[in-house]
Amino acid sequence: MHAGWTCRPDSDTLPAHRLVASRETRLIRIEDVSLSFGGIRAVDGCSFEVAEGSITGLIGPNGAGKSTLFNIVAGVLKPDSGRIVFDGETITGLPPHALFHRGLVRTFQIPHEFYRMTVRENLMIVPPEQTGENLFSSWFRWGQVRRQDAEIADKVDEVLAFLNIAHVADELAGNLSGGQKKLLDLGRTMMTDARMVLLDEPGAGVNRTLLGAITTAIRRLNEERGYTFCLIEHDMDVIAELCDPIIVMAQGSVLTRGTMADIRANPAVREAYLGHPETAEAE
Amino acid sequence: MELSGLFGYLVFFLSTVSIYAILALGLNVQWGLTGQINIGIAGFFAVGAYTTAILTAGPNAAHVGGFEFPFVVGAAAAIVTSGLIAVLIGMITVNLRSDYLAIATIGIAEIIRFVFQNEQWLSHGVRGISDIPRPFHDGQGSGYVFLALVLACVAVVYFLVERARLAPWGRVLRAIRDNEDATEAAGKNVRLFRLQAFVFGSAIMGFAGALYAHFIGFISPDAFEPVFATFIVWAMLIAGGSGNNKGAILGAIVVWLVWSGTETLAARLPPEYATQASAARVLLVGVLLELVLLLRPQGMLPEERPRPIARRKD
Repeated sequence: MHAGWTCRPDSDTLPAHRLVASRETRLIRIEDVSLSFGGIRAVDGCSFEVAEGSITGLIGPNGAGKSTLFNIVAGVLKPDSGRIVFDGETITGLPPHALFHRGLVRTFQIPHEFYRMTVRENLMIVPPEQTGENLFSSWFRWGQVRRQDAEIADKVDEVLAFLNIAHVADELAGNLSGGQKKLLDLGRTMMTDARMVLLDEPGAGVNRTLLGAITTAIRRLNEERGYTFCLIEHDMDVIAELCDPIIVMAQGSVLTRGTMADIRANPAVREAYLGHPETAEAE
Repeated sequence: MELSGLFGYLVFFLSTVSIYAILALGLNVQWGLTGQINIGIAGFFAVGAYTTAILTAGPNAAHVGGFEFPFVVGAAAAIVTSGLIAVLIGMITVNLRSDYLAIATIGIAEIIRFVFQNEQWLSHGVRGISDIPRPFHDGQGSGYVFLALVLACVAVVYFLVERARLAPWGRVLRAIRDNEDATEAAGKNVRLFRLQAFVFGSAIMGFAGALYAHFIGFISPDAFEPVFATFIVWAMLIAGGSGNNKGAILGAIVVWLVWSGTETLAARLPPEYATQASAARVLLVGVLLELVLLLRPQGMLPEERPRPIARRKD
């Protein structure tokens, strides 16, 4: 366990619940969530749970509502009905920044780097409650601000080394490759005490080598830091390698859930992806 | 006599440039750092100027005032009042996308100007407020005292703005400028930070307004037309270098040189060209702006990548 990873100096020791990743406890519960855009029911009575300590995969054909559901859980969209319970508390409708402080963080399908800032700065921004985020402290408590930035910079070095992108630390993030941006997105989740990370297609547009780095990072974060992951992914190799259980969504709700073997054997899943032979043309 | 006249003009020139530099520094917090398009600079400038004018000028039966408070009180009140108005406006507009914020702020600045133009009891309408005292020393040589004061003010504002830029506060604002959603996902209350940037920048503009009122000694709504108090400040910041606080100051110097230089030229033209000449001056600032945007789109001093402020532990 890298103690320096924790964002605040006073929280070096992780709470006990994270050291014992019990698969019995559910960290997040999605209860009958629906959201329509105009006439399209993007998410339609969707319910599922994610067990603490798991890496849960969320798959389904395009338009199944996965990303919309992510955006609802992450607080970007408000559902028409239903609720989200995180760690025993209802979080429906809370803004993303409030969810972040409860340990629920997310990455984006298209990398959302701060393109005119260096890779280092992209990570330095994340730790919460920085003294220098207060305008008056930036004027009158400069010494403390600088000391804290030094601590954060040390932590950034560790994260960059972990992700194997230390050599681009001082590049502008906008100049990174697509895969490196994905790693940077993942790196931002490591700059805080996350409990649950929503990953929206962490492998999309990433070459095989970098993909290996990303899956390794996810697994290590899960094992070493006790992060719970819920990830949307179209690359079945990534899903097979990382995820248990796997939840299949189709037409806005959950079709089935199970291990990779269960999913592979399920004819309904194949049908959802390929459509009925008769309706295949309509797809 | 000739030399002292030139010297006097230099003092006047530098005082004016300093006030514009403060305006450009305020705009740099909003546009350069956060990406907010405030086209209502004139409004906050006016609020600051009128606040201190009402509080510090001598009594006049035609409008409120006659408090004769010292400059420091007037300037502090100018900062607070323009800041408070920015809070009110910001709470409504801060979530607008940048182009909508631009439209909203144009309207708000004009509303403020019309209020001062029409509310006789408050601002003496178009006749304006006169006898606003020079700070600390009114009378012979007050120009020098004022120049020293206003240069010190530029230094203080530069320090505050530059430090805020280098601090994590500025880092969050630059992140918002690049990607709002990701900043929110990184746990920052984007709304709150944008409001802070808007209020901080506007309060600086209000402070500049206070200095202006004490510098000229007389203010009327004419002084807060968008061309003088908004357009020129934008030209200064863009020419100097958006995001660069030194650039904001440099831009104020260069654009004001062009602006006042052409005034001297225009004065030498035959009187029948007077109207065209004044229009041509505005045009010239526009041409300067075009040239900078074409040849040096990031301005004379492009935005610097902030150096790490961290102090490594030994």
